[in-house]
Amino acid sequence: MDIMAPPPAEPAVRQLADLPVGGVATVEGIDEVGVLSRRLLEIGFFPGARVEVVAAQWPGDDPIAVRVGGSTFALRRREAQLVQVSPLRPGEGTR
Amino acid sequence: MNAAAASAAASADTDPSTDLRIALVGLPNCGKTALFNRLTGGRQKVANYPGVTVERKEGAFTGASGRRYRLLDLPGTYSLTPTTLDEAITRDVALGRLAGEAQPETIVLVADATHLALSVRLALEVRDLGLPMVLALNMSDLARRRGYALDRERLAAELGVPVIETVAVARRGADGLIETLERMPAQAPVPARGWQQPSAEQVRDTHREAARILDVAGYREPARRALAAQADRMLLHPVLGMIALAVLLFFVFQAVFSWAETPMGWIESAVASLGEVVRGALPEGPLRSLLVDGIIAGVGSVIVFLPQIIILFLFILALEDSGYLPRAAYLLDRVMGSVGLSGRAFIPLLSSFACAIPGIMATRTIPDMRDRIATILVAPLMTCSARLPVYALLIGAFIPARAVGPFNLQGLVLFALYFAGIIAALCVAFVLKRLRRGEDTHLLMLELPDYQWPDPGNVLLGLVERASLFLRRAGGLILAFVVLLWFLATYPAPPQGATASPIEHSYAGMIGHALAPVLAPIGFNWQIAVALIPGLAAREVAVGALGTVYAVSGDEEAVTQTLSSVIAADWSLATALALLAWYVFAPQCLATLAVVKRETGGWRYPLVMAGYLFALAYIAAGITFHAARAFGAG
Repeated sequence: MDIMAPPPAEPAVRQLADLPVGGVATVEGIDEVGVLSRRLLEIGFFPGARVEVVAAQWPGDDPIAVRVGGSTFALRRREAQLVQVSPLRPGEGTR
Repeated sequence: MNAAAASAAASADTDPSTDLRIALVGLPNCGKTALFNRLTGGRQKVANYPGVTVERKEGAFTGASGRRYRLLDLPGTYSLTPTTLDEAITRDVALGRLAGEAQPETIVLVADATHLALSVRLALEVRDLGLPMVLALNMSDLARRRGYALDRERLAAELGVPVIETVAVARRGADGLIETLERMPAQAPVPARGWQQPSAEQVRDTHREAARILDVAGYREPARRALAAQADRMLLHPVLGMIALAVLLFFVFQAVFSWAETPMGWIESAVASLGEVVRGALPEGPLRSLLVDGIIAGVGSVIVFLPQIIILFLFILALEDSGYLPRAAYLLDRVMGSVGLSGRAFIPLLSSFACAIPGIMATRTIPDMRDRIATILVAPLMTCSARLPVYALLIGAFIPARAVGPFNLQGLVLFALYFAGIIAALCVAFVLKRLRRGEDTHLLMLELPDYQWPDPGNVLLGLVERASLFLRRAGGLILAFVVLLWFLATYPAPPQGATASPIEHSYAGMIGHALAPVLAPIGFNWQIAVALIPGLAAREVAVGALGTVYAVSGDEEAVTQTLSSVIAADWSLATALALLAWYVFAPQCLATLAVVKRETGGWRYPLVMAGYLFALAYIAAGITFHAARAFGAG
């Protein structure tokens, strides 16, 4: 429908945990699983917020450091998996 | 009820001398504690909230009008929906729900002016409680220098509360806040009836509302310095960051041991001369023995570690203030997570290298109770400084000072003993993780605050606080145990004409002889068994006790020297190695167990801890003894 649509190989929405280091994205939503999701929401992962992954530990990119709003948070992979994001720079590729 | 409250409010209004109860609420890392110190001049009462191990900090100050303010520093939180015990306390106190704690009459919401979004969102949530509130824009000098913009009047109008700039680290940085508080009417708190935890939808709404308000008020967040982003690229890097952390830790340990040497010498000689003075001033008898051998020697053996603790905490506080420590926790989260600990356990475990007591108290920052218990249980496996005298004695007596490549064999053995403790801690944590099964719900979700220069005043206040906490908690307990152990080691007095050392006839000697058969399989003779009993009060006392048993006299230096030649002749190498292994796991000093009981609120965990440490020490010593014998060191 839109000629500017991103190539279909690139999934539009994915988990924050799968964003590469340096990747920038917009938060789409948070999976509702109790207190964990609640806290993520409170510290700034609300729909529309801009996030950037600034570092990831080896191996397995766990934990990661994410900039959101004016703050940086360290999140375990399990925590980052709850946040659905859509990348702002398509083509950065999934890992 | 309402009429009474109203009249109380009216009378308070007309009486400027009435105390106003204020609570500080704010995000973690907003500079709340620095502002608390600025307002109260660092004079504070530290205790626990009733029934829980959350630290309660209260202070007071007087305004120009003569009105007294009682200030409560509530634990930092992102919202009124708690995820930890600390945050639950903040909510309950703010709501006036906590038994035994009066509801504050005014809330000072402390916000970091360099990024306001989350603070303003929290302010919206707290505003709904219906209490008078002031928003303090802390670190406003920093924000200004970095080019922040804000229409403060507009923000105040939008929020409906006064908005004041503060600089907690500057001399008169809280004067504006005090002036505003002076104008706040004293009024009885309105009970927040019907307050309900906001729904997820409401949280999203407060985010939107906060963004709208900050937009209307023309808030421009200062840009993050390029240097900070660069520093993070290096310090959070999986390889470079780890190297930087290792270098830093090496430097800290180097400093803890080399800088502390001189002041520790001063304390030792001061304690020794105090003992001599008292010895000279009193006639021989039980009182003199209790004072000199019991109290002065025992308490002296604890305060001698104060320099090491102060130096270690100097680094910890400065690193904390600078924003680096949470980054270290981030770097180590993976390693610690693989054995079921949180990255947050890094700071308590680091403190435990000085002494397990402040380390165990530092576990309060770990939100998950099971994580916290696991950290407490392994903290004593970190080689605390009290084990050093024992290690030094045995290594000096049995390990030749031979060069092994570029290293010294004695130094390598010492390093191996430290390393064995760390490995043991990881193994024990892993076993605990397996034992508790259940779902793995560990949180990291740790804020990595912006870097800043540590404020010397705050670091100094923190040091005084830690040092006095250590002295009060450890000192008081040690005093009691030392008196008890002195009694056991002194009574009953030896019969006339006895040739053996007096301790052999005492209760401690009897216990030692009774224990000897149990300890024989791991290579310990009865003299060691006797020395292990006073060693329970504080491990290093075991050296002095061995001296007593072998009837060596003289000052501490001389005891160590002659004792090492005596035991080098009397013990086999296998026995000495077994004793070293024993002390890696060293049955807890009693003061640590008492702190564990206090922090966990019962006898269960101190008993578990003592039990597993005894078992590990026995097994490790046994294996070492028999392995050494098999290799011909019998």
